This record gives sequence, structure tokens and C-alpha cells, in this order.
Amino acid sequence: MSTHVLSLLVEDKPGLLTRVAGLFARRGFNIESLAVGVSEIDGLSRITVVVDVDTLPLEQVTKQLNKLVNVIKIVELDPAQSVQREHLLIKVRVDNTTRSQVLEAVNLFRARVVDVSTDALVIEVTGDSGKTTAFLRVLEPYGIKEIAQSGLLAIGRGSKSISERVFKN
Amino acid sequence: MSSDPIPTPLPRRPHAAAVQPEEITGAAAVVRTLELLGVDDIFGLPGGAILPVYDPLMDSTEVRHILVRHEQGAGHAAEGYAASSGRLGVCIATSGPGATNLVTAIADAYMDSVPLLAITGQVFSTLMGTDAFQEADIVGITMPVTKHSFLVKDAKDIPSTIAAAAHIATTGRPGPVLVDITKDAQQATAPFIWPPKIDLPGYRPVTKAHGKQVQAAAQLLVEAKKPVLYVGGGVIRAKASVELLELAEQTGAPVVTTLMARGAFPDSHEQQLGMPGMHGTVPAVLALQESDLIIALGARFDDRVTGKAELFAPNAKVVHVDVDPAEISKIRIADVPIVGDAKDVIVDLTAAYLSAKKETTPDIADWWTYLNGLREEFPLGYAPTTDGLLAPQYVIQRIGELTGPEGVYASGVGQHQMWAAQFIKYERPNSWLNSGGAGTMGYSVPAAMGAKVAEPDRDVWAIDGDGCFQMTNQELATCAINNIPIKVAVINNSSLGMVRQWQTLFYDGRYSNTDLNTGHDTIRVPDFVKLAEAYGCLGIRVTTEEEVDAAIKLALETNDRPVVIDFVVSADAMVWPMVPQGVSNSYVQYARDHSPAFEEEI
Repeated sequence: MSTHVLSLLVEDKPGLLTRVAGLFARRGFNIESLAVGVSEIDGLSRITVVVDVDTLPLEQVTKQLNKLVNVIKIVELDPAQSVQREHLLIKVRVDNTTRSQVLEAVNLFRARVVDVSTDALVIEVTGDSGKTTAFLRVLEPYGIKEIAQSGLLAIGRGSKSISERVFKN
Repeated sequence: MSSDPIPTPLPRRPHAAAVQPEEITGAAAVVRTLELLGVDDIFGLPGGAILPVYDPLMDSTEVRHILVRHEQGAGHAAEGYAASSGRLGVCIATSGPGATNLVTAIADAYMDSVPLLAITGQVFSTLMGTDAFQEADIVGITMPVTKHSFLVKDAKDIPSTIAAAAHIATTGRPGPVLVDITKDAQQATAPFIWPPKIDLPGYRPVTKAHGKQVQAAAQLLVEAKKPVLYVGGGVIRAKASVELLELAEQTGAPVVTTLMARGAFPDSHEQQLGMPGMHGTVPAVLALQESDLIIALGARFDDRVTGKAELFAPNAKVVHVDVDPAEISKIRIADVPIVGDAKDVIVDLTAAYLSAKKETTPDIADWWTYLNGLREEFPLGYAPTTDGLLAPQYVIQRIGELTGPEGVYASGVGQHQMWAAQFIKYERPNSWLNSGGAGTMGYSVPAAMGAKVAEPDRDVWAIDGDGCFQMTNQELATCAINNIPIKVAVINNSSLGMVRQWQTLFYDGRYSNTDLNTGHDTIRVPDFVKLAEAYGCLGIRVTTEEEVDAAIKLALETNDRPVVIDFVVSADAMVWPMVPQGVSNSYVQYARDHSPAFEEEI
């Protein structure tokens, strides 16, 4: 098994997410992460989905996704040819002795503090999963109270866009 | 026209480019859209949330609505209509239970790629999500079993949505499409614009195949020593039988037709080896298993065909032709994948074969010698019964012989289905209808009804079992009242026969819950002859071989009402040959404990 990042350009229709998620469940594929948002074209959304499968089942899931009438385009994003980012909000316990150590870690990882209270900080960090995992490991000893994590976002490097070839005219 | 001086009335509908589009209700738009799509017959049953549509439907002279007795019947009737004629089948139901009753038929159509349009009423959009009376999320419920589905909440969207649904259902790989319309959308008015704009940017079925791939396939075909054409239901859906015949005759390759493809290639043709699979003929099963090249045409390597897939046809290269790219290499990796419409691809493949043949001379003589040996040694047949009761195979064979290839045969699911696939000789596509993928008991009677509506000049048989028949026989009322004279042959072995067969073979003859008490020496609940009569049908009981022909002939002559023949047959008859589940096709058994001797161990 290996992790693959699929980027889907889809029509923004009611039930679309159910169709995509249902297809994964029905055909026995596991979604590791999912991120949905607007795209550069009105009425179209972009779904980034991380799936853990072998190459052959991946081909099958791609073909099945392509059969969904509201799915317009699917590309697999190679980590080397794309930018991939996760976004995390982390609430860490701090006191007068640990606060400065945590802030140092925040600086080292180019994270940001977005909320401060007497006994906790909310930290925002963006990066690939290697970086976010490492950051969490550093924070762990201080006491992580809460994590909210986005699905992976990814976009191809270079000037080409996913919608370009679909809407030539 | 004539020079009649009386002014003819203006056309009811203004043509395109005419004045302002007419403002009509969403309900009227449903009916008018169906008319403009050329839909002649629909099957349905009204209820609260679809009531608005039924009002203009009453006035339509172009769309005939056939009132069924159960929505499942409407769904299967629309399937039978589609499968027998190659046209779009349409069914209609109300919200909630009306819609959920369609689900089995929709799932069935999904598995067998039947072009089906299901229209359902939905509660008012303002009530959706509140658990309103007769509310069900039918779009959500049917998502896994539809090619696509739509929810319409605005009257103005009705023509374009229904037109898009019909387009999706009938193109590419056909399938069921559901259109759920809220009651307020049906009641509101909107300008009726035709033709509507169909906007489906994500739907682009590939039909024309890649030339290079076709040439690669042709090259394999001229080089193959043991080729076989593995023909599936896609050939029938693509209306490609004529093209297939040409390919087969040009190549001289043996042909096997799957359960879904019976009739795609004539059974009388010398290259036809019969049906492959769990209950296929020995030559068809072994032709696939021992081939060096499988040309799969609109077939999907179903587990009932392949047996244990990893052991299927170990020495074969595979050319896989399918209009649905997802079928290719789903079960068996294709050496040459060809995405395209079977009709176009077969034509291209034949041409490519003929030009490849100029370079390489095919030699499949030894292959035919082997296959002909199998045919001679293992012809389809059946053992006489030992309990003095009728052999079901005989009954079914006689129905086919006396009715002929112009008839339509719709079967239920189980032993009688297999016998009807084996012992009726099919010469033309769309003459054999059955629930192949889903295996829906109860398909037969309503499907036959739909077929008779689509093809009124043909004799239409429902070859049914006593178990299946009891699931949907309420549609006999629909048939009797609407003058749809189908003929039902109940192959009555008084049990759930296929399950019983497995209990005989794999559960030491412990017959757990398979006895139905409808046949010989039982209390006969229900009595099928009385039931037929209660429904206004001609009921006939046949218990001996001598009565068989006369009853079939009487049924064929009776066209003023449906006919039900209760063929009381032996419960001990079994379907052979058989490949037990989960093993290699090499273990095909010709009859119980009797396997062919193999050239080589596989």
C-alpha cells in the first residue's frame, strides 16, 4: 500500500461529497484525508483526497470516480511535482516556565501563535506532513489539549492548471 | 396533406423560434418532456407527492401510462421494456415507500446496464429534511445503484433535467437514472423551453476506440492458436450482433455467450459453444479456461463466469473491449485494453484482423478439433427424473421449440433461469431477458409485461419458478386489465430450487426453509391455477409429458388474456454442468461427480 494524492475538479452540486465518499466506502477504499473548497471556476469545487492503496486499485478508484457525472477531472499529484500542505491549529498547555520554550519552537517551525491565554496557546502551523508531525512531537511534552487539522491541500508545480485542459475554449 | 378547406387546428405546442415560451406547470412539463423525448409507455403508480404529474398525464395521447399493482413491478416492467426493445424504459412512483419500492428494480438495472429512467415525486421542498409524511431521501438511497440521479426543486429545471437523465441513461454504458421532483416544483409554473440546454461537463462517454489498440488486438488474434470470443451483454446493449457475426465468421473463432448475452450470437451457428460460467456448457467453460487469447466484448469477468478469478484462463492473453473504462482490468488485467462502443470496435477489429491476416496466417484447426471433441463428448443434456414427475428441462425446451426464436423469454432467478438459458435456443438479441447481475427473484412476470408492451406482436413468455412467481405475480392484474397477454410458465418444483440444489450438494441434503408447498403432493398454497383464474387469466395445470405440448400450444393461441401454466415438475432435477463456487473452472462437472478428463493438469 502507498499513499496517493488525488485532486478532483467537480461540479458544486448537492450531494456531491456523498457521491465521492460513498464511492470510496462502497468499493472498499480508505480515505486518509479529504479537503473540499472552491476552485478558480465558478460553480466548480476542488477536492483533494489522500488515499492509501496499491497502484492497481488506485487505477480502479480513479476510473470509478471518473464515472461520477459531476466529476470533471481527476489528476494524481506526484509529491515531487506538486506542493502539498496541511494546516493545523494546536492548543498547547503553557505556564510561566514553559511559555518561552513553546514560543521558541513556534519560531523554529515558522508557526504562528493565534491566541494567547494565561495557561494555553493556540498555534497555527502549515506544512507538509513531515513538518507538522515533527512539530507535534516537539509540542507533546508540554501537553497538547486540542488539535484541529485540515485535509491535505495540493497543487501542481509550474504554470499548468487542472482546469486548463478541460475548458480549452 | 389534403386540400380539406376546414382549417386545421394549430399545433398544440409552438415550435422553436416561435413566440414566447408557454408557461406551464412543472407537472405538465414532465409529461411534455416525456412526449418530446419520444417516450410512448411508462409504468407507474400514483401517490401524494406525484399527484400533480398524474393530472396532465391523463390527457396525454402520446404517453400511455400503465398502472401497476406494486412499484417494483413498474421498475421491472420498464426494464423488460428496455431490454426487449433497446429503448429507454420509464417508471414513475410517488415519494417515500413508492420510491423505495423501485429500489430493487433500479439496482437490478444498474447491475445489468439497462437504460432506465425512474421519476419519483418528493415532498414539498420546504418539508424536506423534516421527516415529513412519506418522505424518503431517495436520491441518497439510490446513489450506489444509479448511474446518476437528480433532485429537482424548481419547475424551470424539469425539461432539461429529464432530458439529461434520458441522455445519461441511454448513452455510454446504459444504466438507471433517477429524477426526484418535489411537489412544489410540479405545482409551480415556468416557461417551457425546448429543446433544453443539457449541461453535463463531466459526462463524456468514449465510443470510438484507439486505432493502435485495435491493431494490437488484431495482431494477437491472427497469431492466437486458441482464441475465443467472450461475448457479454454489452454486445446486446450496443446493438452489435450483426457486426459480431461478421467478426466471428471472418476469424472463425469460437464464440461463447454469457448469461447476459444469450441471443447476441445465434445458437444455431456452428461457432457457438454456448454459455460459459458456473452452469455453462463444458465446451464454453473449457474454451475460456484453456484459451490462449480471450477477446472480451462487452463482458465483465463476473465471478459466475470466471470461477476463482486467479485461476481463470491461466494461459490466455486478454483483449478487453468495453465502453466503461472501469470494467477493463477490474478483475483480470487486460493485455490490450480497448475503451469504446462494442459496435464500432467490432467493425474496426474485423477490418484490422483482415489486414493483419495478409501477413500472418491464423491456424486454429487443432483448437477446433479439441473443442468439437468436447462438444461431442459433453453435449447439453439432462437425466430423466426418477420420481415420475416432469423434467423441468423438457418443459422449458418445448416452450422454446414451439414458440421459436421470434419469441421473448423473460426468466426469474434460479434453476429455471439456468435451464431457460441453456435449453431455449436463442437466435436474436433482446429475445432473452433476465436478471443476471443482481439475481432478482420476481423479475420475470413484470419484465415480461414490459416486453409485451414494447413488442406487442411477439409471443412473450415469463419462464418463472414457483418461488419467484409469488414475489411479483400481482402484475397479472395489470396484464389482464390492460390487455397485455403474456404467457407465464411456472416451473413448479414446490421449492426454492437453486437453494435446494446447493443444500443437496453442499449441506448434506438438509433442506432448511426451501420447501414452498406449491407442487406435487402438497397442500398447494397457493393453487396457481386458481390464482391465475382469480386474476382473469387462463390457468392450466400440466403434470405429464403428454400434456406439455398441448398446453404450450393453447397458451400460444390464447391472446385475449394472460395465461399461466402450472408445470408441476420434479424437485430433484438439478442444473448441470456446474463449476462449484470458489474453484477453478477446470473443475467443471458435467453431471454430479462427473468431470471431464483433461488433456493436462492445470
